[in-house]
Amino acid sequence: MDKLVVGSREFSSRLLVGTGKYKDFQETQDAIVASGAHVITVAIRRTNIGQDKDEPNLLDFLNPEKFIILPNTAGCYSIDDAVRTCNLARELLDGHNLVKLEVLGDEKTLFPNMTQTLEATKILVEDNFEVMVYCTDDPILCKELDDIGCVSIMPLAAPIGSGLGITNPYNIEIILENSNKPIIVDAGVGTASDATIAMELGCDGVLMNTAIAEAKDPILMASAMNKAIESGREAFLAGRMKKRLYASKSSPEDGVIE
Amino acid sequence: MNAKTIGIILNGSDIHLKSDSLKELIDSLNLSDARFAVEINREIIPKSQIDNYTLNDKDVVEIVIAVGGG
Repeated sequence: MDKLVVGSREFSSRLLVGTGKYKDFQETQDAIVASGAHVITVAIRRTNIGQDKDEPNLLDFLNPEKFIILPNTAGCYSIDDAVRTCNLARELLDGHNLVKLEVLGDEKTLFPNMTQTLEATKILVEDNFEVMVYCTDDPILCKELDDIGCVSIMPLAAPIGSGLGITNPYNIEIILENSNKPIIVDAGVGTASDATIAMELGCDGVLMNTAIAEAKDPILMASAMNKAIESGREAFLAGRMKKRLYASKSSPEDGVIE
Repeated sequence: MNAKTIGIILNGSDIHLKSDSLKELIDSLNLSDARFAVEINREIIPKSQIDNYTLNDKDVVEIVIAVGGG
């Protein structure tokens, strides 16, 4: 597949995956390998006081040399918390400056608070972060994020973890038309066809977690998503046929036996 | 090494330490080999400064790691 360039980095897969909600780290690793993803998101959290010496660490299973680690600001409801989390992530990952910004507005919907998201993006861009921004599918706000200088705009297709699919493909189309930055659908995908639809619309990638982790067989679903993303991308590049209302013969009219 | 104990807030919990060495605190948490980041009183403490960093009474310390997330 053609490579996806986001800021200063090249992603070898257009499928980006989260690492949450898996049974254990082994299943996380197996699913991620099956997904073919190059970019994996992680959350930043307080360590347990009195950590068991032998307790495994997520990054022991997902080698940061092999994957591009994308720390998120999940759980942050203010500019301050999101910016602090990004700074901690940069220190934790030895100066790595790529982050996924999310400033949430509401527990129930997990929709982003866009006024705070815009402000936090500004602060982080000025501090030399490369910011991939989780946002609403409002084309005007997405354009503003583009102008501020984020490296990728990541509109939600539906609420995080809902699996409702691409609920507003028309907005996604307008966002795609308005932007030169990679547009990555983040959140809402439920199954493989949803991912394909996003890619057929012309999205540059899809980020998902729950659709894989909550499948009955996460590893098989990860493999399905890998193919779905590739299929959708190829179909987009190939350019679909025009729709017509009536039939159009595929076999020649001449030479039919009588 | 400080003989008296100091009290800090670590990840939201009050704890008392016999040593004011940040490195000893990290070691006691079994984090030495893990990837983590430290913030004290809202300032990031770069890894290079941890070995020689001295904690003060009432410091507010956050130590974070990467966990699964979407």
